[in-house]
Amino acid sequence: MEAIILQILNGLDKGSAYALIALGLTLIFGTLGVVNFAHGALFMIGAFCAVTLSRIISLSHTVIDDTQTDFLGNPLKVEVPYVYDWFGQATGDAIIDWAVPLSILFAIPVMIGIGVIMERGLIKHFYHRPHADQILVTFGLAIVLQEIIKYYYGANPIPTPAPSAFTGSFDFGALMGFDAGQIIYPYWRIIYFMFAALIIGGVFAFLQFTTFGMVVRAGMADRETVQLLGINIDRRFTLMFGIAAAVAGLAGVMYTPINSPNYHMGMDFLVLSFVVVVVGGMGSLPGAVLAGFLLGIVESFASMREVLDILPGINQIIIYLVAIIILLTRPRGLMGRKGVMED
Amino acid sequence: MLGLNKKDTYLLLLVAGLVIFAPFLLNPFPEGSAMAQFNAGYPDLMQRFVIFGVFAIGFNILFGLTGYLSFGHAAFLGVGSYAAMWMFKLFGMNVLPALGLSILTSGLFAVLIGYISLRRSGIYFSILTLAFAMMSYSLAYSVLATDMDGPDRQGLLQKGLTGGETGLQLTLEDPRIFGQQTAGEGNIPVPNIFGLEMRSAVEMNVGDWVFTFSVGYYFAALVMLLSFYLSIRIFRSPFGMMLRAIKSNQHRLNYTGLNAKPYMLAAFVVSGMYAGLAGGLMASMDPLAGPERMFWTASGEVVLMTILGGVGTLIGPVLGAGAIKYMENILSKINSDILHTWFAFLPDGLEDFVITLIYPFIGKGWHLTLGLIFMAVVIFLPGGLVEGGQRIARLFKRKKPSTKTPDGKTTPAE
Repeated sequence: MEAIILQILNGLDKGSAYALIALGLTLIFGTLGVVNFAHGALFMIGAFCAVTLSRIISLSHTVIDDTQTDFLGNPLKVEVPYVYDWFGQATGDAIIDWAVPLSILFAIPVMIGIGVIMERGLIKHFYHRPHADQILVTFGLAIVLQEIIKYYYGANPIPTPAPSAFTGSFDFGALMGFDAGQIIYPYWRIIYFMFAALIIGGVFAFLQFTTFGMVVRAGMADRETVQLLGINIDRRFTLMFGIAAAVAGLAGVMYTPINSPNYHMGMDFLVLSFVVVVVGGMGSLPGAVLAGFLLGIVESFASMREVLDILPGINQIIIYLVAIIILLTRPRGLMGRKGVMED
Repeated sequence: MLGLNKKDTYLLLLVAGLVIFAPFLLNPFPEGSAMAQFNAGYPDLMQRFVIFGVFAIGFNILFGLTGYLSFGHAAFLGVGSYAAMWMFKLFGMNVLPALGLSILTSGLFAVLIGYISLRRSGIYFSILTLAFAMMSYSLAYSVLATDMDGPDRQGLLQKGLTGGETGLQLTLEDPRIFGQQTAGEGNIPVPNIFGLEMRSAVEMNVGDWVFTFSVGYYFAALVMLLSFYLSIRIFRSPFGMMLRAIKSNQHRLNYTGLNAKPYMLAAFVVSGMYAGLAGGLMASMDPLAGPERMFWTASGEVVLMTILGGVGTLIGPVLGAGAIKYMENILSKINSDILHTWFAFLPDGLEDFVITLIYPFIGKGWHLTLGLIFMAVVIFLPGGLVEGGQRIARLFKRKKPSTKTPDGKTTPAE
């Protein structure tokens, strides 16, 4: 029982990342009908937003500290971050410590901007080209974005820690009446899951309960009729692309403490996210979220030692295996709509 | 000639000429000169040109003719490499049986994957092939590399079927029942064709130029020419017409009462066998096979080659493979010192400025250049280099008739 709960918890954080990326992919596909291979790169750029912000707020200048001396007896030079000067030492430390959560505020405008520029500058011209061309041009874009990041940040992973308040682990077992220490789970992963749930809830609420969301949903169902009603649906779809980019970016920002960002992390997630989208059903938002969590949990169950003893290496291939089986038995995916990508 | 029409014969002869004289053509700069780094006429690189040429020609039979974009073609390349390596390990170092087994194994593998993947089309097909390739990669990386010989760890399978991360390598203990187990001086024997070693080469000095003719290159080139000839025949055959029909309108094909599935599967398998052949050739040139050959970026690379050269054209994939491999090798070799010698004629400030501008695109950053070129090709030149060439040719041809007959048509207002 403990093992099962632990595996479900373990699956949730990876599942959250899959679900967030797949949600963004599906938003883009559902609104614009474009298969975006650069979506993983957006996830990666989001992660590097966190890196950038934590570098910016740790920017420092050197001052000579008379109270301390080095081994030669000269006054010691110390690096003082600018935030110390502005907010005092205690607040400054807290700001540096909370760099990753603060990056959320930084990443949202950046990612929406990148998304809008991408859509207006490139993707717009590919609506009427075949899907293969869309895949190829976004694949090329993904390579370019990835290489730009690699040029500026180097090829090595950059550790970006979570705030020190969240470094420990939470003992779930004690809470649920099991022995202490049976089910322990890092705080940050709980935060990540709750954050993902919040974002997903937010996106759904936005689509469901606002006028803007209603128009977007109408546009997803029948673009031409909405246009005939005199609504500028293109502008709304462009903004949706920005929002999808922001969702991917935020997933990346919050993932940095779990996995140090490197320039190819987006590509690693992209392949799996596509599998998630296809399993959930092309164009179905609930399907993408469901499949994301489902595959995350399935993957973590497959990594259990008991399973690995029977089927070695199954954790490496289980997601692909599930995808193949689902595609062959339920061609539209778990919750796919009729008539999407059927030709 | 050989069942080809005049135009195709010329094309084949042109390619054959280019391939045969490649050691001269790719070495235009004398040894030791400043431009010598642009020489591509060394066997290692030329072999890669033709081997990736084979790979891209095969990929083009699937993608170019039927329009099905497979994102997992590298799986067949990897399977071909492993098959060839096992042939070297078990039977001997002759490359012909090894290539035979490569083609056979990858063909069988393609039947299996193709039968399942081809039940879906469009993006689903791409994802399915991608999933299969990544599965093969993961399996080759972990499961198939576990010890299957039991605890003694001495036998042939001590590193499993695939050798895992380090890859499959030849050892002195391999049986090689039809060949010699060790070459002279206790070395591992090298791949050969009836005694002629793949890596043996003849050097020719003409003035300052050094031309290298290697057995491996000419063998690979011969295989490439044969594959190219076969692909021309496939393009011009009724079978090729059928595949084109699938690309243009599969529904209409179904309504006329034709079942497209067997044709698709055949195209997929032929294409997979080409990839396997390329993989076998790789193992023959350098007896080593690793799982990274199956990674999805390797599949992406062959897509890039085919698109860059020109999808659905005969010569496009070969050009694309050559262009990308040339860039990979030459562009990535340039470093900032070389740039400084080139731009030394500029004033210092300007020199540094120009170099900072160019630097991100060369050396380690060559992928950036590749990505940009690829995007530009997809956006502006969907037909690739071949279409670019045709446009330029048309530009020169059009001049004459346009002066003689002014365009009298009126375009309707829209």
